[in-house]
Amino acid sequence: MDVVYGIPILGVIFQFIGYVIEVTPGIAPIVLGLATPIALGALCGVMNERSGIVNIGIEGMMLSGAFAGFLAAGLWQQAFGGDPLGPFGLTPALLVGVIAAIVTSMALSALHAWLSITVAADQIISGVIINVAALGLTGYLNRLLISPNPRLGAGTFSSFRLPPEVADFPVVGWILEMFVEQGPIAMSVVIFVIVLQVLLFRSRWGLRTRAVGEHPRAADTVGISVIRLRYRNVIIAGIFAGLAGAYLTLEGTSSFQNNMTAGRGFIALAAVIFGRWTPIGAFGAALLFAYSGAFGQAVRIRPPGDEYADLGAIMAAIPSQVYGALPYIVTIVILAGVVGRSIAPAAVGRPYKKEEQT
Amino acid sequence: MEGRPRTRPGIIGRALSLTLVPIAAILGGLFVAAVIIMLSSLVQGSLDPMLPLEAYANLVEGAFGSVRGITFTLLSATPLILGGMAVGLGFKAGLFNIGAQGQFLMGALGAAAIGASMAGASPFVAIPAAIVAGALFGAAWGFIPGALKAWTGAHEVVTTIMLNFIAGIFIGYLITGPLEAAGFSFSRTGPIGNAALPTFFGTDIHLGVVLAFALVPVVWWLLWRSTLGFEIRTVGANPDAARYAGMHPALLTILTMSLCGLLAGLAGAGQILGISGFMTASYGTSIGFDAISVALLGRAHPVGILLAALLFGAMRAGSGLMQIKAGIPVEIIDVIQATILLFLAADIVVRRLLHIRAPGSEPTELQTVTRTYGSGTPT
Repeated sequence: MDVVYGIPILGVIFQFIGYVIEVTPGIAPIVLGLATPIALGALCGVMNERSGIVNIGIEGMMLSGAFAGFLAAGLWQQAFGGDPLGPFGLTPALLVGVIAAIVTSMALSALHAWLSITVAADQIISGVIINVAALGLTGYLNRLLISPNPRLGAGTFSSFRLPPEVADFPVVGWILEMFVEQGPIAMSVVIFVIVLQVLLFRSRWGLRTRAVGEHPRAADTVGISVIRLRYRNVIIAGIFAGLAGAYLTLEGTSSFQNNMTAGRGFIALAAVIFGRWTPIGAFGAALLFAYSGAFGQAVRIRPPGDEYADLGAIMAAIPSQVYGALPYIVTIVILAGVVGRSIAPAAVGRPYKKEEQT
Repeated sequence: MEGRPRTRPGIIGRALSLTLVPIAAILGGLFVAAVIIMLSSLVQGSLDPMLPLEAYANLVEGAFGSVRGITFTLLSATPLILGGMAVGLGFKAGLFNIGAQGQFLMGALGAAAIGASMAGASPFVAIPAAIVAGALFGAAWGFIPGALKAWTGAHEVVTTIMLNFIAGIFIGYLITGPLEAAGFSFSRTGPIGNAALPTFFGTDIHLGVVLAFALVPVVWWLLWRSTLGFEIRTVGANPDAARYAGMHPALLTILTMSLCGLLAGLAGAGQILGISGFMTASYGTSIGFDAISVALLGRAHPVGILLAALLFGAMRAGSGLMQIKAGIPVEIIDVIQATILLFLAADIVVRRLLHIRAPGSEPTELQTVTRTYGSGTPT
């Protein structure tokens, strides 16, 4: 313990900042990749919760999308083959996979919408059902369809590559590298975030959606169909969860494993809250979570060198598993620190009935 | 029903009206799974309409066909009884404990660690110490989300899931590091020696099974006959009313979550001390979602949870034989489970289809769970 107390705290903090600056350019390109499924899941969550629907089932939608996308792309590749059509190594099989992922996720979203809007079942239960069903069905079908067929697969989308002169440019080059050296799904996240942000706060649809999420009765009074708008938003939001799944099996990796989402759908929910129910905020939160994950990897691959001797001593004393748990720990810390001061859409989690007295 | 004066139903009538929807949901789940099994015979070649019957026959045979099968059913049901009560008790307080998984793992870790360190002590000391360690580790892992919810408003649905992952990583660290026993070809805790639970009737039925069954009336008493239970149920039904009545929702939230963790931790301790005898670095379990299914199917009532746990325990016990004989992957059990839950959630539809006039199958306290999502501290 003497060693630890002997280190001037301020010095260690400076060393930590220096180390962060040193490793960040190296991990910048993988941060957006890691953030992609979380950010897409969070967009799904923002659309749901802004419409007044809690969606715990994002994890399951993502997992089903990942499975369906992988299976459809693999089967198509096996049956028809096909050469790349366009940029990013886009083959017909990959396209079919992405579509299958989106359709599957939208179907589950429709189920969630039906349970939470028409049946007025508890929305958290509905989400849990979707998670249990997704875990069970994908595990069952994985054993039945994919395991006996180890050569199944359609490869992945390829990433765009910046010319090295641009990528080596300080700061601007790193940021460009992070956002542009990506596959199509990761790259599209930024566009989705901006479009959804603008639509949600600058369009008629956005105003109506927020009204339905905050005060459905008032929205109903001015002639907005609460039920229809909620249905539409929940089902459309499924596209994002499906894309997140497609990212996992068709862009990030080229295989499917049971429960491969590993809680990303739930981290996305925390990102929604941390981002105060705005697309841009949720994206920022997703980047932060992803950064904590990438930083954990960086520490393992390239621990602080001699110039950060004190910091290195502390970091070496922390077991490496702590860095693996960083995204989960950061999620809890942020939820605990932020949630009390952020306010959810008022009608979130409450089924709307026309006759109901409030 | 029309025109006749409604008489107050007796206990049998009440039990029937309470169980009709769950039974309909179970039958619905089995039916949907049968269709999936039939369709999956297409993969092997031709459509085999008898395959579901064959699979279910094997399932029943595996679960009840022999003393070994029945033993296995009871052993599989044991963690589900405790885990189901860990979730169900939370429901009663308006809390959704998705963290039974992590609490179970921590309980297993505590029991394995203390059990190994007291392997040489007298069984009368070692066994209680290891069980208590498991319960306390589980309770500590339940205390965290309870305290987070009470003090900061972080909703337990997200925090408990994060804690499940953290528990897994934490155990991986401890068992490949400080707690690793020397002399084994893989990372595991040391032998538990005298801390192993005694078994009865010449079978594998261990003290943990007895303990789980004995805790069912205890939890029932706690919920419906004690002051604490009354306060827990009041907070679950209406936190505002509880606050005006002078109760402390924040304190009750922390206490209830700790008790939930204690029950799940006991389940973990039972598995280690009664069955496996040690803990590995990548100890896998599906207790988390199973416990939720059991709690919902049992309407968050200890007796209902006991019955639901026996049902799911039997399915888990029989699924091995089904996989070997009929070639149906054991994961079909998860599908059955999810479909049962689906029919339970859509109970309005089920009731309309079957013309059942029974109360809703969801614990009403769930509304509190969902309403506090995203905001609201039970101060």
